[in-house]
Amino acid sequence: MNSVGAPATGTRRLTTSAMIASIAEEGQRTAKAPFGHALARLADQRPDIVGLSADLAKYTDMHVFREAHPDRFFQMGMAEQAMLGAASGLAESGLTPFASTYSVFATRRAYDFLCLDIAEPGLNVNVVGALPGLTTGYGPSHQATEDLAILRAMPGLTIVDPADSVDIQQAVPALAAHPGPTYLRLLRGAVPTVLDEYDYTFRLGRAAELRGGRDVLFISTGLMTVRALSAARELERDHVDAAVLHVPTIKPFDREAVVREAAKDRLVVTLENHSVIGGLAESVASSLAFARVTAHLVPVGLPDEFLAAGALPTLHDRYGLSVAAIKDLVRREL
Amino acid sequence: MAPTATTTPAAGPRTAPPASHAERLRALRESAYRIRTHALNMAEVQGQGYVGQALGVADVLAVVYKDVLNHRPEDPEWPGRDRLLLSIGHYAIALYAALAEAGVLDTAELETYGSDGSRLPMSGMATYTPGMEISGGSLGHGLGIAAGLGLGLRHQGSRAHVYNLLSDGELDEGSTWEAALACAHHGLDNVTAIVDVNALQADGPTNGVLRTEPVTDKWEAFGWHAVRVDGNDVDALVAAFDSLRTHRGSPSVLVCDTRVGRGVPMLETREKAHFLRVEEHEWQIARDQLTERFHAECADRNAATADEEHTA
Repeated sequence: MNSVGAPATGTRRLTTSAMIASIAEEGQRTAKAPFGHALARLADQRPDIVGLSADLAKYTDMHVFREAHPDRFFQMGMAEQAMLGAASGLAESGLTPFASTYSVFATRRAYDFLCLDIAEPGLNVNVVGALPGLTTGYGPSHQATEDLAILRAMPGLTIVDPADSVDIQQAVPALAAHPGPTYLRLLRGAVPTVLDEYDYTFRLGRAAELRGGRDVLFISTGLMTVRALSAARELERDHVDAAVLHVPTIKPFDREAVVREAAKDRLVVTLENHSVIGGLAESVASSLAFARVTAHLVPVGLPDEFLAAGALPTLHDRYGLSVAAIKDLVRREL
Repeated sequence: MAPTATTTPAAGPRTAPPASHAERLRALRESAYRIRTHALNMAEVQGQGYVGQALGVADVLAVVYKDVLNHRPEDPEWPGRDRLLLSIGHYAIALYAALAEAGVLDTAELETYGSDGSRLPMSGMATYTPGMEISGGSLGHGLGIAAGLGLGLRHQGSRAHVYNLLSDGELDEGSTWEAALACAHHGLDNVTAIVDVNALQADGPTNGVLRTEPVTDKWEAFGWHAVRVDGNDVDALVAAFDSLRTHRGSPSVLVCDTRVGRGVPMLETREKAHFLRVEEHEWQIARDQLTERFHAECADRNAATADEEHTA
């Protein structure tokens, strides 16, 4: 059984702090419920947009859409299989559904329905999974540490792991415009706003270089892109020059950009909020191998194990997702 | 492939002036007979192919495709159509026969059933076949899709109706009951489930694999308007669908008790199995028995009618 070490006496004991644990660092700008607001705005322009949830509207920011467009929200109850089946039927009737639940339920529990009702007929259904990777301290029942590994082999499915509120706001209309099925790893609640400080626009299927650097290349996805940017900034003080290539679309994977950047003789660190099995690290590794490109490649990701329960910052430290852990790893590997 | 039976006249188009009730039933029984004939022919080509289920469900499909569904055979994608979702992908043989009977498919295409490159695979798939609304086969999917279609069509003001044909074995699947809750919760009176209770599933009789009875009570407890009929009695089926057409406020389910192999005495009495065993030389015997039984039943009914008229 996993256990988190007892906190040092005298310090404030960190708690699992409810389900709404924020991933924002101290002092970071945030936007509230960027997914819900983006979907509600999109629905103002597109009457075909509808929303569903499986008794988790409030916890997937879908409540914002529900309040704005109550006639276009369908509550399916705690029944993920029925929700994805119904999303398929809504799409067959000509509507464009966004269906939200936790990632663990969308993938592990309702896989057959995502696969056969949505992906096989190639319907424009957008599945939104909250609590991807390690974004809750509730333990394995809620931590979708292998959702990318489960879904990457599904034919025709587009998979997006956004970094921040900017990414989410731009991804939502892009996913609705994309004709086939998609899966969005949701960041909910107070979501960091970071990418507006960079010359960045979300483009489905495309990686984006957020900063250049001679010594290290961070190839990152999801919330780890924000951590990579922080680590790169702090490493400047150690005279380490780190580039950041953000890969928001896990599938289809931008192999061309990844291979091009990884071939430039730098330490390559992949960073993902996901198991080191079957996610970004192995996507990068296989892209390089198939292109006959070699690199000093080191993964930052979650270990191949069922993770502990506890406070999120403690767990991120423990499993190596914190900025401090990233900097330590770079210093060791250089 | 044996020629399609020509001993009975082709059914008239639905635009024909309203026929008498007796005429309506007679035409539907002929449709069911032709569906059975098509199914036997297809199964012979394949050497197997869920012929027991097809013979059992033929009456239901004849009534649905020739009397219930508002659809346009020449335009299977017409947005205003009523939809029949086939959950039970292995019943595709019966559905192809019904689609041919309805004019969606050419009868000649049926002989490609299950062959390489055919639009008629052994397990039904929407992307292969005109008129096949969903890819069934992984059981417990159809009713959830029906719920979404019902919601979506209602939301867009469509009067189209959604039918989902499922089997009693499919009632084992939890997702069927998730969807049953959803349809009832949302008051989807544009959704009708048709449950083919042939009391048989892959590992044996349903009551020995996983008991699903009392089926009607279960649907009622889930908030559905439930009617149970003999699914091989065309008259009863027509009356049931007519009564369901006017039902409002909740989804409906028509529970149909059917007999595996129905219409072919040799197969009705054969040991019941998911794959009904038929030897190569038996296909022609089966067709002969089907035709013989069909004509005998017609004659019996005519005699009964004459008796009634005489009595009157």
